[in-house]
Amino acid sequence: MAIRRATWLALAFPVAATVALAACSSSSSSSPSNAATGSSSSAAASGGLKTGLKVYVIPKQNGQAYFTTADSADSGGAIAALNALGETGTETSGNAATPAAQIPAIQAAISKGANALIVSATDPTALCPTLKSAMSRGITVVTYDSDAPTCRSLFINQAESDKIGTSEVDILAKELNGTGQIAIVSAAASATNQNAWIVGMKQELKKYPKMSLASVVYGNDDATVSTQVTQGLLQQYPNLKGIISPTTVGIAAAAAVLDTPKYRGKVLLTGLGTPNSMKKFVSDGTVKEFELWNPADLGYLAGYAAVELASGKINGTQGQTFTAGKLGSFTVGADNTVVLGPPFVFNSSNISKFDF
Amino acid sequence: MSNLLRGSGRWESGLAAVLVILVIVASSVSPQFLTGNNLFNVGLSYGEIAIMTLPMTLIIISGEIDLSVASILGLASALLGVLWSKGWPMPAIFVVVAITGLAAGAVNGLLVTRLRLPSLAVTIGTLALYRGIATILLGPKTVANFPTAYTNLGVNGVPFTGNDLTYSALIFAVLAIIFGVTLHATPFGRSLYAMGASAEAAQFAGIRVKRNKTILFMTSGLVCSLAGVLWTFRLDTAVQNNGLGLELDVVAIVLLAGVSIFGGKGSIIGVVLAVLVFAGIQNALLLTNFNQEATGIVTGALLLASVFLPNAGRWVRRLSRT
Repeated sequence: MAIRRATWLALAFPVAATVALAACSSSSSSSPSNAATGSSSSAAASGGLKTGLKVYVIPKQNGQAYFTTADSADSGGAIAALNALGETGTETSGNAATPAAQIPAIQAAISKGANALIVSATDPTALCPTLKSAMSRGITVVTYDSDAPTCRSLFINQAESDKIGTSEVDILAKELNGTGQIAIVSAAASATNQNAWIVGMKQELKKYPKMSLASVVYGNDDATVSTQVTQGLLQQYPNLKGIISPTTVGIAAAAAVLDTPKYRGKVLLTGLGTPNSMKKFVSDGTVKEFELWNPADLGYLAGYAAVELASGKINGTQGQTFTAGKLGSFTVGADNTVVLGPPFVFNSSNISKFDF
Repeated sequence: MSNLLRGSGRWESGLAAVLVILVIVASSVSPQFLTGNNLFNVGLSYGEIAIMTLPMTLIIISGEIDLSVASILGLASALLGVLWSKGWPMPAIFVVVAITGLAAGAVNGLLVTRLRLPSLAVTIGTLALYRGIATILLGPKTVANFPTAYTNLGVNGVPFTGNDLTYSALIFAVLAIIFGVTLHATPFGRSLYAMGASAEAAQFAGIRVKRNKTILFMTSGLVCSLAGVLWTFRLDTAVQNNGLGLELDVVAIVLLAGVSIFGGKGSIIGVVLAVLVFAGIQNALLLTNFNQEATGIVTGALLLASVFLPNAGRWVRRLSRT
């Protein structure tokens, strides 16, 4: 019996300990000076923006380099912008890029008294019941990176959807002299941004009558799955000349598959990638050019936009303008969207200048 | 038998103690933990998983396992989405979804009992198969915009509960009572323990092992399709990967409840407590800005402890005897 009691104490202890530990840990939270005094926000002198707002940055999932760059204070992302404005910024999300994992994090942020949420939506509609309940409590909802169009005040778009799709087709067309069969390695089949870009690619392909789209496959932003579907493409379409992967996980996995003498230079690859994950493949010639925006700038802009909205300076109507610190002035476009700018092209001449 | 019951009773009182400690610590650390609104959110986020643990408990006690539960949820969700987008009336869709769930369970049950295949292998197969059918039904499409009367399930609480109790939590409570009574107070329930302890002995004792196991798998299919409908309305979204990977959470909770993976042991009270502990810990970690990459470590450690500790007691006793 004594043993039994000891066993139970042993089980109970780690539970108590982890929850207690959690109280002390503020790993991803960052508050400037004494802003942690609660939701008592006040209007500051600078530009009439409120300070002391609790803003939660909710990426698609925890622990992805792309979102860490977009969100963290160190890289100059969303929390850096929030700190500069005197707000409290906290990054939180689920451990898988699914609505079921992301929703509890959103709900917890609401429970903790958030004034604004900055969300990269794992699904265009599934978050809406939760986000709408946030908005009905007067919480500002801004989406960035991936949109949930019917349940936010403003979407911070990394680059115009059609430009991303069309420019990647153009890059590949230039490298292939406008001839050959290509394929797309996407992320999740339901990802809003991916599907918008693919529509743009299909449009642009019409300009190149000798190019054809063999297949669109989905790697679910998982390195293993992306590798498998890329290998599947190469098996299934032996005449494949090019692959577009508009996702950072997918392009790195596809590049690793193509990085053999059999495919290098014979099957071309472009898409959206991060410089650090692509440096090796650009230097050995597997990939000539790929694109991305600066994720830190995207987060930074989203941070400013959220505070502008939460302070009542703008309400997300088309034509309104606001200044986002070092990035300058932005205008709200159609569909309550703010566009960061044109995609940036990385190649062997400039890639060494970037580190993210 | 009385010995066995006493043994499982200890596990449940231990879980209850863990739950009390969790509630005390979490509510002192986070003032939001015990608020009605937070409890509502927890009910929403874990309702479907909780519902699926009930048939899983009975199946594991009978000595089998059903790993296709999350895929049946996904299949039900996809079917609901496809039929709704084709303009079917909701009641007809519910009937088709329920029949599909029963059929999916029947396939599992018949393969396991009639062809004598191990349920682990069979349901890993149907895990892929049912998800595959869901993918073919919906493709990359997302069906949204279900009628508000239904999607309000995921927004509003049950009337007269101060908007704190979700429908999925209410359904879980009602089902838990039904499953509890069935398991602990009927000949059918007792036959499951006998089957789990030894299927052959149960067979010789006149228990219709094959029939009972098939009933269990069909019940699981039906309950999981109900979970799929709740999931779809809560998210207002039918997509082929709905509920992907949930089977591990379901099995984890059932094991945490002290249900023996080898069959023959466990209780519904334990499962209800384990659901509360599992959901409570994850919610508490979210509310306290705990380093979230580490939540997997916490859940995993807890599960290992739940498998290790009952055996640890036995080892220590054996050591002290020699």
